[in-house]
Amino acid sequence: MWATGAARRRRPELVLRDGSRVAVIGGGPAGSFFSIFLLDMAQRLGLDLSLEIHEPRDYSRPGPASCNMCGGIISESLVQSLAAEGINLPPTVVERGIDSYVMHMEAGSVRIRTPLAEKRIAAVHRGAGPRGVKDWSWRSFDGYLQELALGRGATLIPSRVEEVTWTDGRPTLRGRDGEARTYDLLVVATGVNSSLPKALAKLNLGYRSPGTTKTYICEMALGGEAIRERFGNSMHVFLLDIPRLEFAALIPKAEHVTMCLLGESIDKELIQTFLASPEVQSCLPSGWSIREDTCHCAPLMNVRPGRHPYADRVVFIGDCGVARLYKDGIGSAYRTAKAAAVTAAFDGISARDFRRRYGPACRAIRTDNTIGRIVFAIAGQQRKRLHDARGILRMAALEQQLPGDRRYMSTVLWDIFTGSAPYREVFLRTLHPRFWGRMVWEILKGVASGSRAMERAA
Amino acid sequence: MESQGLGRLYRDGEVIVREGDSGDCMYIVQDGRVEVLRGTDGDTVRLAVLGPHDVFGEMALFEREKRCATVRAVGEARILTVDRKSFLRRVHEDPSLAFRILQMMSRRIREADAEIGRSSSGRARPTETTRRATAGGDH
Repeated sequence: MWATGAARRRRPELVLRDGSRVAVIGGGPAGSFFSIFLLDMAQRLGLDLSLEIHEPRDYSRPGPASCNMCGGIISESLVQSLAAEGINLPPTVVERGIDSYVMHMEAGSVRIRTPLAEKRIAAVHRGAGPRGVKDWSWRSFDGYLQELALGRGATLIPSRVEEVTWTDGRPTLRGRDGEARTYDLLVVATGVNSSLPKALAKLNLGYRSPGTTKTYICEMALGGEAIRERFGNSMHVFLLDIPRLEFAALIPKAEHVTMCLLGESIDKELIQTFLASPEVQSCLPSGWSIREDTCHCAPLMNVRPGRHPYADRVVFIGDCGVARLYKDGIGSAYRTAKAAAVTAAFDGISARDFRRRYGPACRAIRTDNTIGRIVFAIAGQQRKRLHDARGILRMAALEQQLPGDRRYMSTVLWDIFTGSAPYREVFLRTLHPRFWGRMVWEILKGVASGSRAMERAA
Repeated sequence: MESQGLGRLYRDGEVIVREGDSGDCMYIVQDGRVEVLRGTDGDTVRLAVLGPHDVFGEMALFEREKRCATVRAVGEARILTVDRKSFLRRVHEDPSLAFRILQMMSRRIREADAEIGRSSSGRARPTETTRRATAGGDH
């Protein structure tokens, strides 16, 4: 019907209008969030768009057919943002609400709870459950978001995109059915575990696909009772001094615990070393081991942002664009999808429009990741020093009795491991004199008690 | 309701916000029902009953006034809070995040206006919808 004033001042052919056709490749969170937000905004503007989601996965089938290979954690900040957007995750999707986490180091363990004793982190399965499940009563998170997008008028094309070409300056997609479809805007939301971003990087759009590292995810079928007894509603995170292992987590869900390992060149040896460590053994039922038929995968993860994730009529969102370092991948999908949808609805679909409004959202994540690398480097050094690690654990344990605003170490650790706050904010909090004062005091106490113990032993 | 779902579980009759308290968060009903109560001259008036996905206390995100109604659980209710600080940080990055809250507040003002119009003309008693509207977000 009409375009916004800001959009009208720009190149008229690069603005979404009534009848414009939008293609979203990838029906994971980034693609669905984009579809939901663009269609919502179009409705508010009285703009009649046709939006098609190209996604071959069937979110009603368990195992690889529906899985998008991810730990399945929806961070505290994302849960709150989605609630403010009117997207409330139903109990059929949230397999377990997480209200605390247990941090394990060689020096010991500590449980850290949310100040309000509230479950603000959602543990979900991205697909319709791990391979081999029967009588599964939970819904896929990705499937739920896709339903919301379809409910707003998106159309699902359930086939894989085989080829992307340009017709009269517009993107044309050809699927397995051989049919060619031309669009006004192409949104690429395929993640990094697809060959498409690399193929698109060869199309002279200026785009370069992100740098990746291999992770390891395994679904441990422990059963609901064992999970309630051993994990409750706590996520377990491990900062162990195992070479090449950056971070590991055990995430309790309904019938499974999802094990996630992040690091460099994760292989069978590293997985076995991790599983054999006393800290992990203490969490698992005795004798538990990974079997041949255990659902597991080794997906890639975005660790360096893609270059120029936009061009005229094309935008790359979610993991195939920019993602937060190690954490909150679904939160990055939400933020980039929202920024891209706002640009397309209110500004236009040219490279200039995306650079002006979508670019800053990508830059903010990229800059924050640089600070995140510093935060992880410091954490990595401290876990190797026994006295430092003990001091950190003791400080966090003592803080559990204090009000939320005086839990300096606990909130820093919580936000690092849950991805609930930007790394910049976490870093700034560590510069507070009280944070340093208390930490140094607890480390000195640890050194003194260690010396006394050595004297007694001698 | 035990392991599933998000937020905090409140038992029947448990108070979620109390009239006169200061607030720094908004609440979203995830599951169950809550009632909005206001004390007037020693009497308590039930202003509204809210259910899943209803929001209350949203004005605390924008101003630092005292809560002017009490909200308590009717049966078991699961409630999620949205902190002022994290909400405002996100709104600063993405102003459109506030759209739904503004839309809801606008609807409540319109419904409250209609209710005032009906009351001043001495016509019908408040309906459940308009009582929900007048209950608004100031508690």
